Order: sequence, then C-alpha cells, then structure tokens
Amino acid sequence: MTLFPGVKLHVVTGKGGTGKTTVAAALALSLAQAGRQVLLTEAEGRQGIAQLFDTAPLPYEERRVALADGGGSVYALAIDPEAALIEYLEKFYNLRRAGSALKRVGAIDFATTIAPGLRDVLLTGKVMEAATRDRRGGGRLYDAVVLDAPPTGRIARFLNVNAEVAGLARMGPIRQQADSVMNLLRSRQTAVHLVTLLEEMPVQETVDGVAELEAVGLPVGAVLVNMVRAPLLPAGSLDAAAAGRLDGAEISAGLKRAGLEPTDRLVAALAAEAGEHAGRVLLEAREREVLADLGRPRLELPLLADGADTDGLYELAELLTEQGLA
Amino acid sequence: MTAPSNDIDALLDRARVLVCCGSGGVGKTTTAAALALRAAERGRRVCVLTIDPARRLAQSMGLTELDNTPRAVGDVDGAAGGSLDAMMLDMKRTFDEIVLTHAEPARAQQILTNPFYVSLSSSFAGTQEYMAMEKLGQLNREGRWDLIVVDTPPSRSALDFLDAPQRLGRFLDGRMIRLLLAPAKAGGRAYMKVLSVGMSVFTNVLTKVLGAQALKDLSLFVASLETMFGGFRERAETTYQLLKEPGTSFVVVATPERDALREATYFVERLSAEQMPLAAVVLNRVHRSAAPELSVQRALAGAEALDETGEAPLAAAVLRVHADRLAAAIRDERTAARFAGAHRAVPLVQVAAQAGDVHDLDGLRTIGAELANGPEASAPVA
Repeated sequence: MTLFPGVKLHVVTGKGGTGKTTVAAALALSLAQAGRQVLLTEAEGRQGIAQLFDTAPLPYEERRVALADGGGSVYALAIDPEAALIEYLEKFYNLRRAGSALKRVGAIDFATTIAPGLRDVLLTGKVMEAATRDRRGGGRLYDAVVLDAPPTGRIARFLNVNAEVAGLARMGPIRQQADSVMNLLRSRQTAVHLVTLLEEMPVQETVDGVAELEAVGLPVGAVLVNMVRAPLLPAGSLDAAAAGRLDGAEISAGLKRAGLEPTDRLVAALAAEAGEHAGRVLLEAREREVLADLGRPRLELPLLADGADTDGLYELAELLTEQGLA
Repeated sequence: MTAPSNDIDALLDRARVLVCCGSGGVGKTTTAAALALRAAERGRRVCVLTIDPARRLAQSMGLTELDNTPRAVGDVDGAAGGSLDAMMLDMKRTFDEIVLTHAEPARAQQILTNPFYVSLSSSFAGTQEYMAMEKLGQLNREGRWDLIVVDTPPSRSALDFLDAPQRLGRFLDGRMIRLLLAPAKAGGRAYMKVLSVGMSVFTNVLTKVLGAQALKDLSLFVASLETMFGGFRERAETTYQLLKEPGTSFVVVATPERDALREATYFVERLSAEQMPLAAVVLNRVHRSAAPELSVQRALAGAEALDETGEAPLAAAVLRVHADRLAAAIRDERTAARFAGAHRAVPLVQVAAQAGDVHDLDGLRTIGAELANGPEASAPVA
C-alpha cells in the first residue's frame, strides 16, 4: 500500500534545522527499493546531499550515491542555475556558444540576480525535465524524482514560478517553460511534503506553509514529523511529573529496590529531569494535535541516537516504507 | 571552556553593533533578543533588528506591526537607565525607501512599478541580506542607540549576508549593467551600432527567451537604476566598513549538531580571514544532566532490574529518562569539546536546552543570564 500512488515528483520542504535534507534522502532511498531508479536533487547549492552520503561535492551531473534493495539506485544532482540556463539555451535554441559568451560577460549571473524568479524557473525546469523524460528524449529514466527544496517559509513562492515569471515575461519560451512546470507541479504526479519537529515554531511554519501551498493550488502531500522521541514516563504520571508533584518516596523506594542509593539529592535531580521530560512530552502532544488538524497523512521518524549517518538513512527509509510513503 | 562569567556582560556594555549569525533553526533570533534585553537592563539604549521572529516572541516584544521602524518594548526594567527598541525587517519597504531617497519622485515611481524591480526587491535571494545590512547602516546613522543588535537572515549559508552587500554593489557596477544601459542612452535604432558583439548576442537571446516587452522593461529598469548607482555602491561599502569598525562584534550561534557546527566553523574561519571580531560562539540547546554521578549504564541496569519484577514502574521510567538525558549531555559535551579544541581562541558559551519555546521577556532574561553567567543548575558533564 502506498499513500501516494502515481506521484512521480516528491518535493520535500521544512524549516531550517528540521532535517529536511536527511528526510529527502531517506525518502529517495525508500522509493528506490524493489529495483527502482530515483533521482535526488537539491536546488540551493548547499551540497547537503554530498555531505549526507559522505561523497565529494556533486557536480552538475547525475551521479549514483546509494544502492537500495533489489537493484534500485539513488542518483543525486545538485542543480546549478547557471549550468541549467546554458543547458536550456542549448536544448531549445542550439545556443551553446552563445551560452558561454553570455557567461563571459557575466550575463547569466546578472540575469539570475536581477530576476530571481527566472532562476527558480530554471531550477524547477530542470527537475521537471528529469521527472518527465521518456525513451525518445535520451537521458536516464527515473521512476521517481525527489527535490530537496527551499525551506517552508519560501516554498510556495519557489514552486509558484508561474506567478513569479508572469510579471516579467508575458509570453515567449520562458513563460511557456514556467507554464509547463506549473502543470506538472499542480498535477497528481506531484506531492509537496513538509518536514517538521514537534516544536512550536516548526509546527507553526508547517501550518502556514500548508495554507500557502493550498492557496496557490499546489498539492500538499504528507507531514513528516522528524526526530520524534519515545515518551519514557507512564502516561498517567506525565501531569504530576510536569507539575513537579512526583512521589519522591515512591522513586526513592524503587531506587533502593534497584540497588541504587536514593539520596535526597539524587531523587530530587531525577524528579526534575522527569519533570522536564514530561513538560516536553505534553508540549509535543499539543503540537501533534495542531498537525492532526491539518488533515494530512502524518508520518513520524525517530530521533537517531547516532545522528543521521548512512546507516541511519537506511533505517529512516525503512520506516517511511513501513508507513506507506513509498 | 565556558567563557569567564563576565565576558558576555563586558561585551554587552561596550559593543556598539552586535551581529548574530548562524544557520537556520539554531535559535539566532532568540539569542539576539536575549542579548539585547540584557544589555538594555544593564543600562544601555539598545535597538534589536530581527528578521523573522516566532509569532509569540514577536508579540511579547510588541512587534505586532510590521512597519519597519523600531518601537519601544514594554516591561523592560529601565532602572539602570537603559531602554530597548525592537523592529522586524520589512525587506521590500527598506528597498523602496532607498529608491525614494536616491531618485527624483517621477523616476522613483518608474522604478517601483517596474516588474524587474518588483521581482528583485521582493525575492529572498541576497536581497534580504543586503537589506538587513542597509537597515543596520540606517539605524546606526540615526545615532539614537548605544548598541544595535542584528539578527541575520536565515540564509542557506550563514556567509551570505557578509557577501550580499558587496555582491549587490559589484552587480550594480558591473559590465552587464553598462551594456544594458547603452540602448537606453543612445535611444532609437542607432544603439545597435554602439553595441559589442557580445551584447547583440545577449539581447538576441533575451528577446528570444523573455520576449521583447520584457527586454524593454529590463533596459528601462537598469537605466532608472543608473541614477542611483553611486548611492547604492557607497551605501553597500559604508555598511561593510561598519562591520569592520571597532565596536562591532560578531556572535556565531549554533547547536551541538553536525550541520549547525559546520556552518559555525565556516563562519568562524571567514570572520578571522576578514579580520572581523568574533566575540563568542553561542551553543544553544545543550543538554545537561542534574545527576551526572549516576552513570547511563547503572541507570539502565537499575531500570531493567525493576522491569523484571514490575514493582516500581515510576522509578524505572525515571531512571530511563535520566539515562537518555545523561547520554545526550555526554554527547553534547563531547561535541562542544571537539569544537572548542579546534577553535581555541574563540570563547564558547553554552546555553541549556529549554523545556519549551521562549516567548516572553522572562524567558529571554533567563537565557540572557545563562549567556552571561553559565548554567545555574549544574556544571556540564565531564
């Protein structure tokens, strides 16, 4: 069972610090199971994917970064707007030489600086090209494309390239390109997933992000809650713990039974730690309710004790698969 | 490893500009606000410029209106003679104001309605960084404050805002701009003659890709900008110089996580290369344990022993919470030590993980106190 049948382009956004790139990579691995070919792209020049897979910085070239079960592969591509523009000019106008001339006079830098909307069209255009390749066009064919997109605060604007370009170019090829990008992004082949933590600000940004995406007609996919910690206290003790009313005598007796010396200091320190833990669990429960109100599929990924190394990525990918994302 | 207890206070008492930088999601805005509040309550007239504060934090500071002007924050303890003003950056408005200052009204109107201007001034790439620095320059020139604390935009890389002013300055002075100006200046068809070959290729491509109307808009925009060239470049340069003046200090904010520390490292190295003074690295969300003497292993063994009999579920759970917490504390401490070892000259200030988000002045005061005095509860775990 999969939550998103027919989706070919998975866009992953999230507030800074929520682990957006890690989740995007895990999603790509999850999608690559059973022999599928997946392209993982990043659009912000951060080289986050290379760091995650512990490889050299990615060139503007599709490179295999990981293998999955059953012969599946994850390829990665760091999209560079300049290279994308030259490729675009070459493809549509046979203007490769003009492209390098433009680069020499600084025209490309200029064009992408003065009209950032154009840069976004180039970035999303490249993603679209990879997602819609067919046998005739050449190039590697992918079963799915994952985009590690800009953060939640900018995502609607970044994806809504149509609006950005409409003011600049009312007709002409760039406009056409923007239109076809929009057609793909608004279609059932695309899902925009939002990565969040169970904390106030990321949750608020997620709620805002969902509203903004809906407002411009972009398909919201799942809410991916990252770095979830297992509650360690019995549910019945949470309120008491948070209010600092845990029964010290009970803890003390238990410690003794466990062969530990229950000094007053130790009991107080443990109760204080339990109190902070409970406060956090209660806060997380409230944030979870806010996310539930969004009415979107909600998937949870645990906090990895050893950080998101490559083994951790496979673990997260497995959990995404189990929860039906891929 | 933690800075001597009065380092931060000494900094707050003498600095004129404090720039807080770091990657997104590390608590930069909260750190900036906490430093500003503490400086104000120590008697200085302070202005804090925030970029994108959490809603409730913004409300608690009275930042309900986004009007691009500093407003006094209520409930600040002014006993020492200080005050706190706060503002949220409105990027587009800041840009509009520069245009209005530097161009005559008719020309300004032409610029403000040009689609290329609209795109440039409201996009987030680079412009936000530049406008934050521009606003800092403006506030500084006003001369109303002893100390200005700036929170930098959540850049994809913390370095962006350092480069943005110069990049925009360079850009406005660049060859492309001059090439594009040629047609508008010469006017009519004659302009083709003055163009280099590169330029005609360029206009050719642009016409093909964007359409003729867009090219016209672009030329007009660039021509209008020309009147403000000098102004723009000069401003970008003075702001950059301000960042190098004595009295300006940087605070790099990070968390004990790999990505955040990597960004922090880049920043520390860059500041040192630019000879810009780094006052401290603030490590937010550091876990600490109140009972480091009970080791992770003993706590877990105890919990397991209790599980077997099922007699004391609460004590078992409490022991697990402790083991989890102490393990996190040890990990953070190791991470901090590694960072400190690699950057011996930089004071590292640690702030404990807060139970919830900070959204009132009291929360900011607690953080401010911890920044200055270190953790009240317990020493970091060895």
